[in-house]
Amino acid sequence: MRNVIIAAVAAVATCASGPAAAQQPIKIGAFLSSTGPISFLGDPEMKTLKLYVDRINKAGGVKGRPLELVAYDDAGDTSQARSFALRLVNQDKVVAIIGGSSTGTTMATIPVFEDNEIPLISLAGAITIVEPVKKWVFKTPATDRTAVLRGFEHMKTNGIAKIGMLNGSDGYGQSGREQALKAAKELGIEIVADEVYAPTDSDMTAQLTRIRNANAQAILNFGIGASPSIIARNVKQLSLNIPLYLSPAIASKTFLDNTGAAAEGVFVPVASLLVADKLPDSAPQKKVALDYKRTYEEAQKEPASYGGGAAYDGLMMLIGAIERTIDKGGKVTPEAIRDEIEKTKEFVGINGIFTMSPKDHLGLDSSAFIIAVVKNGDWHPTN
Amino acid sequence: MATGTTLSAAISLGAPLGRLAILSAILIVLPLSFPNPFFFDVAVKVGLSAIVCVGLNLLSGYAGQISLGHAGFFALGAYGTALLSIKLGVHGLIAAPVIATVVGLLAHVIARPILKLKGHYLAMATLGLGIIISIVLNREIWLTGGPDGLSVPAMRLGEFKLRAIEFWYWIVAAFLIVAVWLAENLVNSPAGRSLRALHSSEIAAATAGVDVPRAKALVFAFSAVLASIAGAFFVFAERFITPADAGFLRSVEFLTMIVFGGLGSTYGALVGAAILTALPQLVAAFAEYKHVAIGIVLIATMIFMPRGIVPTLADLFGRRVGR
Repeated sequence: MRNVIIAAVAAVATCASGPAAAQQPIKIGAFLSSTGPISFLGDPEMKTLKLYVDRINKAGGVKGRPLELVAYDDAGDTSQARSFALRLVNQDKVVAIIGGSSTGTTMATIPVFEDNEIPLISLAGAITIVEPVKKWVFKTPATDRTAVLRGFEHMKTNGIAKIGMLNGSDGYGQSGREQALKAAKELGIEIVADEVYAPTDSDMTAQLTRIRNANAQAILNFGIGASPSIIARNVKQLSLNIPLYLSPAIASKTFLDNTGAAAEGVFVPVASLLVADKLPDSAPQKKVALDYKRTYEEAQKEPASYGGGAAYDGLMMLIGAIERTIDKGGKVTPEAIRDEIEKTKEFVGINGIFTMSPKDHLGLDSSAFIIAVVKNGDWHPTN
Repeated sequence: MATGTTLSAAISLGAPLGRLAILSAILIVLPLSFPNPFFFDVAVKVGLSAIVCVGLNLLSGYAGQISLGHAGFFALGAYGTALLSIKLGVHGLIAAPVIATVVGLLAHVIARPILKLKGHYLAMATLGLGIIISIVLNREIWLTGGPDGLSVPAMRLGEFKLRAIEFWYWIVAAFLIVAVWLAENLVNSPAGRSLRALHSSEIAAATAGVDVPRAKALVFAFSAVLASIAGAFFVFAERFITPADAGFLRSVEFLTMIVFGGLGSTYGALVGAAILTALPQLVAAFAEYKHVAIGIVLIATMIFMPRGIVPTLADLFGRRVGR
């Protein structure tokens, strides 16, 4: 029904006049959590989308057609996200959507996009979004599983076989924990302690003491917000002489500022963006990441971060798909865009190099992450 | 006063069936103004909040007992129904009433010992229960999917997949009418009068022969069943639920709706649910400040119209529409 209407509108537009039709804006949508508990991801995502859509339009649009971005802030509320998804699909009538800053907001909206057949590029982490593969759903950030695998590989090369886990009781922490439990079995890493904290806790020494008593050789944490900083400080206070591995979500300047000297020596699997200027010139992502970093920081007067990188990748992947659709002379319909996103090949983004397929709607492997270590108050790539 | 009552009876506004007819008419006509499914989705959310509020209003408005855990019952209904159909393959049409019965029994079992005590023990117990439910839903990831939520496949009826939100609007609307009819009947029955009696004075009610703990436990269980059924409809219609829907703030939202609408007024509960559910959805910019706004609404209602919006307006117009 929807497709019929869109096709009809498109047909009328084409008949009306050739050149005018070429100027018709392409309407894309977004729902992101630019306020609320995960605004540290959603806010740079929103700013990145708006910034780049503006820049693209000033540079003449996508193959001559301007982009129109309809963006909503769901404040991290899943029910709100679903409402906005329905609104984007039914009221704003966009052809493709970027969004879901969190796994929860993405999962809540997936039925809307699957039913209405509109492509979605999610910016959230968990692997459940693209596994099993859903016809209309893609995502750009590497998964928590990728991060866990990369961290474990690094531990093994450094002779670590027994670790203690300390994770947040929130969605991010628990999803990371699940993936770590699975990956530990596959890679032969023994988990000797499995501790949990609430995101509002202000002290984790009790859990860390238990991890020490279990003779762990390293600590792994999946957490967001202030908790990882508190853990890093507690580790130093207890003089635990074992390495601390944190998750990609904290890889930002804010974490360094909040943690201070206690951050020294902390390991984090990071996307290329964070250490772009320190990468060798041969690294393919270096140029993309540095370009994005400069553009974002000039416009926003704040450091670029992980979330923004994911949004950049999502938008550029979408634009690539729209360009290919126009090049082929097809109409810019949700169907055509979806097919082209799935054909994305060796697209060099900030979070890695993407190659999508009907069986893989993420298109990244564990090389997407680089293990960084904090030295002298800054991130440095290891090996 | 007397003429006012006769007048309202004459235009059948005062009669329960007359008001029910008006509600039905509104629910039938309203969709004609909906341009797209987004509005149906908002309407379904309003309807489900309203069903919870009709039950909660019986408990708080009539019997004077505060529950801070009704979002927990809503979530039990939602998760219970979803998990029965996902894990055990029970059809949603069977799972929903089964779970509602279980929730009702659970509420009754919890309420009996607590309600023997006087004062705000029920509020404390329901607060605790709500928090326990929320923690279990967050932590038992193998069962509930954890904080990332639980996706539920569309309900099937033979060959048909019931996934159109318009369809669920009609189901929710029909059930809302049933819930209002049940609540209004209860209020105008001896059981309802005993609830109002124990609200004013438990001692006086007991002296007059009301079995106070039993009456309280029954109305508590009834309101929990309504919340549970609303939860079941929620997963059928939205096909996704997270533990956030079970949280303490959701319970406070439900309470705010009935206080704003007018404690002890079934139609007030509907108006409160409609305004406080629809506003954050329709005025997107308002959504960020939802919890602040709900706090302000609660404070302002208490100061400026402690009886709630519907009874206050009804008095202004010289009729007692609210009761």
